[in-house]
Amino acid sequence: MSDPNEAARDDVPVDGAENGGADTAADGGADDASTATATGAFAFSPEREEKFQELVRRYPTAKSAIMPTLWLCQDEWGWLKPGVPEWVAERLDVPLSAVYEIIHFYTMYYVENPGKVNIQVCRTASCHLMGAQTIVEHLKKRLGIEPGQTDAEGFFRLEEVECLGACGMAPMLQVGKHYYENLTPEKVDELLDQWRRDG
Amino acid sequence: MADFPKILSENWDVENSHTLEVYESHGGYVALKKVLTGDKITPEALREEVKTSGLRGRGGAGFPTGVKWGFVPQNIDKPKYLLVNADESEPGTFKDRFIMDYDPHMMIEGSILSSYAINANDCFIYIRGEYGWLVDRLEEAIEEAYAKGYLGKNILGSGFDCEMIVHKGAGAYICGEETGLINSLEGLKGQPRIKPPFPAVVGFLDCPTIVNNVETVASVPWIVNNGANAYAAIGTEKSTGTKLFSVSGPVKRPGVYEIPLGLPMKELLMGNDYCQGMKDGVELKACIPGGSSVPILNAEETLACNVDYESFAEHGTMLGSGGCIVVGNDANMPELLKNLIQFYHHESCGQCTPCREGTGWLDMILERMLNGEGRPKDLELLDRIGNNMMGTTICVLADAAVMPCQSFIKKFRDEFEALLPDMEEPEDYIPTTSSAELPR
Repeated sequence: MSDPNEAARDDVPVDGAENGGADTAADGGADDASTATATGAFAFSPEREEKFQELVRRYPTAKSAIMPTLWLCQDEWGWLKPGVPEWVAERLDVPLSAVYEIIHFYTMYYVENPGKVNIQVCRTASCHLMGAQTIVEHLKKRLGIEPGQTDAEGFFRLEEVECLGACGMAPMLQVGKHYYENLTPEKVDELLDQWRRDG
Repeated sequence: MADFPKILSENWDVENSHTLEVYESHGGYVALKKVLTGDKITPEALREEVKTSGLRGRGGAGFPTGVKWGFVPQNIDKPKYLLVNADESEPGTFKDRFIMDYDPHMMIEGSILSSYAINANDCFIYIRGEYGWLVDRLEEAIEEAYAKGYLGKNILGSGFDCEMIVHKGAGAYICGEETGLINSLEGLKGQPRIKPPFPAVVGFLDCPTIVNNVETVASVPWIVNNGANAYAAIGTEKSTGTKLFSVSGPVKRPGVYEIPLGLPMKELLMGNDYCQGMKDGVELKACIPGGSSVPILNAEETLACNVDYESFAEHGTMLGSGGCIVVGNDANMPELLKNLIQFYHHESCGQCTPCREGTGWLDMILERMLNGEGRPKDLELLDRIGNNMMGTTICVLADAAVMPCQSFIKKFRDEFEALLPDMEEPEDYIPTTSSAELPR
């Protein structure tokens, strides 16, 4: 199983060289080198390492453990920094393609830094009926960014997301593990101030 | 409505209801002790008991739970798995989070009992990634249960082992579909599998697997404690027991209500014990009674229904997950439909062409209609695309997009027609879904 994927990984810089000329080849080479060193440089905190060992022990297959391992990485570093997917593949001894398949299919794994405060406003059905658009418009105006963008400092990011299961408390938004429900523009202003203060 | 026992929500108001201590002081884990050590009920007898109770799957399909458990082959030498579906993502549905937040041990006890009933020693709780704080809550509760000997090896000295793991999803509606959930748990994309074979026979890691909704397993301890007949006495003949209904939209008191099945919708939406009517100045226009995937009802139909599987079916819709979205007279139906279709377009897993392309086409056509670029025959086009999506895919996500689409247009046709241009199609017109090709 691992052979074809090993081959695929070796192919990456070669493809880059063929398609992109000298610059890309140099980049590819540099990426490769930084990945190799970066992979060695990653380490979980002791508590997360313990959690990782536990899930490796408890999950019936290594592939099953990819999702929880990616979550641990995201808890550790905030997002999946370059080199982390490779590191996860190595630690679980699964093909890198299997890790990327997960990262790209699911919406909650970030391969780009989502900023310090990632504001996710629910846009679906009940929230739509109860004024989600007003909340989004207010946030756009306050932050000066469109949904899908991060502000210049990399502090706030704004996203419109699908139903978060808080329909009776609409409109609502999520930041990290927290839900903020029954929103009004005034409440949103208070939250923005609070997040700013907490830095 | 006659008095009925609160089976699921009885303790939600009790302080610290999420702790083991409070759960036990309200009769928690008595059912587990009864089954494993007291009356020593066999797995087979427990399956029969649940079958007799008439409990039906609360995730949306409403399949009888005891019957489903009976499909697990017991004579083969393979591990069996119980997967508890806590992926609650159907728009309008927010009931399972209340169980997990306010009474996680009820779900845990129900999961252990359900595992025992199918002879499974491993149970996974698959919870949607967005419910981050509930993951913490469940893990704390599971730790308490392990410490007390309700989980792990040789539970209460009975010889029965049960391990429980909370598995956190990462934002994919399709993982609430049971075979999508299984694939996701195996570490694959959450794309549904062709059935048959059904998971009860070939499921997680090709082993017999039962996928049950949170609310379904949480009902099991009460059935064990009070008997199948007591459960069957609540509700109607074919829709027994109580059901959590999560009501959202412009009503005075939106929220999660435990109701006996068979309750008139009018009572749920207008009654003093429940939603207390529409917000001031808003009139009832329509209702999507069972989560966004089921056909919409107009105001008159809504108030004529009873909340049970059969009454909803008579009115051409479904009870589904009990995610009731109330729509007021201020709502623009084409905009609401576009909002829903955009959801299905985003959530289509991309595996089957009719769904991957079809949801996109529905989305684009509705968008051009709302942008004032609709074509005279767009409603026919929407209908035709929908007919080509229904029943032509591996799972029912395509159907779930088409059912609101067709029912919205059928029941609120004038609002959609008002968006279309008042002209005849040229004779050589070929229906197209691309707004870029529209003549100006």
